[in-house]
Amino acid sequence: MFDLSASDLWDVLSLQKHNTRLVVLSATLLGASCGAMGSFLLLRKRSLMGDALAHATLPGIGMVFLVATLLGLDGKSLPLLLAGASVTGILGMGLVLMIRKTTRLKDDAAMGIVLSVFFGIGVAILGIAQNTGGAAAGLESFIYGKTASMVKADFWLIAIVSVLVCLTARLFLKELMILCFDDAYARSQGWPVLFLDLVLISLVTAVTIVGLQAVGLILIIAFLITPAAAARFWTQNLVKMLIMASLIGAVSGWLGASLSALLPRLPAGAVIVLVGSAIFLVSMFFGSERGVIRRYLKQRRLNKRVGRQHVLRAAFEILEDSTDSDDVANHLVEWSKLQAHRSWSEKKLKTLVRWCKADDAVEDAIEPGHIQLSEKGFAEASRVTRNHRLWELYLIRYADIAPSHVDRDADMVEHVLGVDLVKQLETELSEDLRLPKSPHTIEIEGEGGAQ
Amino acid sequence: MKSFVDKETVAPDGEHPAELPLTVHDLTVSYNQKPVIWDVELNIPEGSLVGIVGPNGAGKSTLIKACLNLIPANSGKIEIYGKSYQENRQLVGYVPQRESVDWDFPVSALDVVAMGTYRQLGWFKRVGKKQKQQAMEALDRVGISHLAKRQISQLSGGQQQRVFLARALAQDAMLYFMDEPFSAVDAATEEAIIVLLKELRSRGRTCLVVHHDLATVSKYFDHLVMLNMRVVAAGPTDEVFTEENLRATYGGKLSVLDAAAEALKNVKHV
Repeated sequence: MFDLSASDLWDVLSLQKHNTRLVVLSATLLGASCGAMGSFLLLRKRSLMGDALAHATLPGIGMVFLVATLLGLDGKSLPLLLAGASVTGILGMGLVLMIRKTTRLKDDAAMGIVLSVFFGIGVAILGIAQNTGGAAAGLESFIYGKTASMVKADFWLIAIVSVLVCLTARLFLKELMILCFDDAYARSQGWPVLFLDLVLISLVTAVTIVGLQAVGLILIIAFLITPAAAARFWTQNLVKMLIMASLIGAVSGWLGASLSALLPRLPAGAVIVLVGSAIFLVSMFFGSERGVIRRYLKQRRLNKRVGRQHVLRAAFEILEDSTDSDDVANHLVEWSKLQAHRSWSEKKLKTLVRWCKADDAVEDAIEPGHIQLSEKGFAEASRVTRNHRLWELYLIRYADIAPSHVDRDADMVEHVLGVDLVKQLETELSEDLRLPKSPHTIEIEGEGGAQ
Repeated sequence: MKSFVDKETVAPDGEHPAELPLTVHDLTVSYNQKPVIWDVELNIPEGSLVGIVGPNGAGKSTLIKACLNLIPANSGKIEIYGKSYQENRQLVGYVPQRESVDWDFPVSALDVVAMGTYRQLGWFKRVGKKQKQQAMEALDRVGISHLAKRQISQLSGGQQQRVFLARALAQDAMLYFMDEPFSAVDAATEEAIIVLLKELRSRGRTCLVVHHDLATVSKYFDHLVMLNMRVVAAGPTDEVFTEENLRATYGGKLSVLDAAAEALKNVKHV
């Protein structure tokens, strides 16, 4: 169906093809600057702002074309069209702010209204423009994006604006960070929050306007937000997030524009967004900081650790109470006793014991129906039990929790007690380093003594 | 019952009101034409630990935000050490409510605390060694310097509250406004905060703290502002924290009154 060869693809990607070089470079630069600015929008919780802004540019484009044609100027001169786009885009932003300030409507409603009304007006004006003659053909490319028509001047415009936007954002990094994190605090400190918001919106406006031609006003929002959202899965650091988002945006632009150059029926905007979405999906699953898989594995590791420690503690407690000195010496635990200790199902206990075996904490005993703790397993079992009891004692003494209820709470916490915390518990409780008795038995002894 | 107190009951005798950390005169603030606080008169003496109490919707946060120039006032005059907020802003530290920000933001505890040094750093300059050290010291004072590198969403509620306090400390202000620093924190954090407040007081700093727990009012604060849209009473805690004023502040909310009665027992009989 498509005529696509590997060498063609390589030529385009490596910028060796003269006729696609400008387009691919432009999309790459645009992607980098959009990624960075999108991160700020995302963190300022104004993701949709870019969308409203982009849609609000259409009436400006249509009107400039009509007026310029009437005056006998070139209605398709790019600087004029982009100037018109900026005017109505900014007007749209102003309206969003005004609606928010003077009515009780929330941001999302205000943006929805402005977005649809301006876009509607824009489509109507384009319709009128097309009725005036064939000269208006091609204006719709601002809606869906069309890179094929790019000339050298367009490339320089995108390049200069992208670099300027990134440098400005770098200059205002600290100020934009405090604005996005805590605007009320920033204001209390005397930072001009309104001005900083204007800086942010101006930068976003700049990349949006120069990006209109390449990606189109409907899809530019994806170019702004997708790289930022994808980057968030990989890092917990703002500067790294900005760099990641720029990289992801640049790669989307580079790959997307290259593919679209080879597959002429696919508009660049759509391919760029598809590449960006693919990167987003990969990030969502494999992201090293907040990715779904990492979270799942973390949860699973914790479950495993908790399960293992429960088996070891149960085994230790059985050994503690055991009267059979052979069993105690060899760390032998009867399977049925173990299963009854925490009312595990057979299947569940088998899984848990398998985990213990994987760590050489537990091994099969020669005696049938028994398992055996290894030296390592016994040491860990004694430590886990000790932590559990220290924590229980702490809860009883300091947190005023009834002894009959502490077991469950201690159950949850003991697995995450760090070395420091255990030491602190030891000093707080001024216990000697022997294994403290289970508080449940202490309680029973206490009751017995009172009688 | 007094609906508001004249200046002399709060200001120490003989001291010129212009030198007080905070004077509020005739302050009225409204949202959508509906007044939230009316005719507030306050004179806060230097080095005092002031609790602001009142029922939900009494305008406690509004009062603080109006003092910080975060929301416009319909009328009234607010002075910080005798000058307007704009002129003496560097003397003011602010600890917002913990819920007011998104803790999922990609910054570390140290990054947040360093924000307290931004103003002094000025436009465009980057956070350097000196600011980082200042931030570390502030974190140390609230007892969580070991969590400096931790991303803020991985901190407990109490630790997040401490980060906010540290941010205000890093700025080294003279007058602190704190919006419910004790809300939903663990006992250890509550203890740490109160130790910190007393330390600030001993160094001549003044703190205004929005507070909810009537049982601890007389233990924590030497001065009290009882607010229910108007200032019901303001002055030294042992003078104004009376059953009559509590009833005037909280109206017929019995559950609260019960708590107050409990608190009063402690005041009167200790």
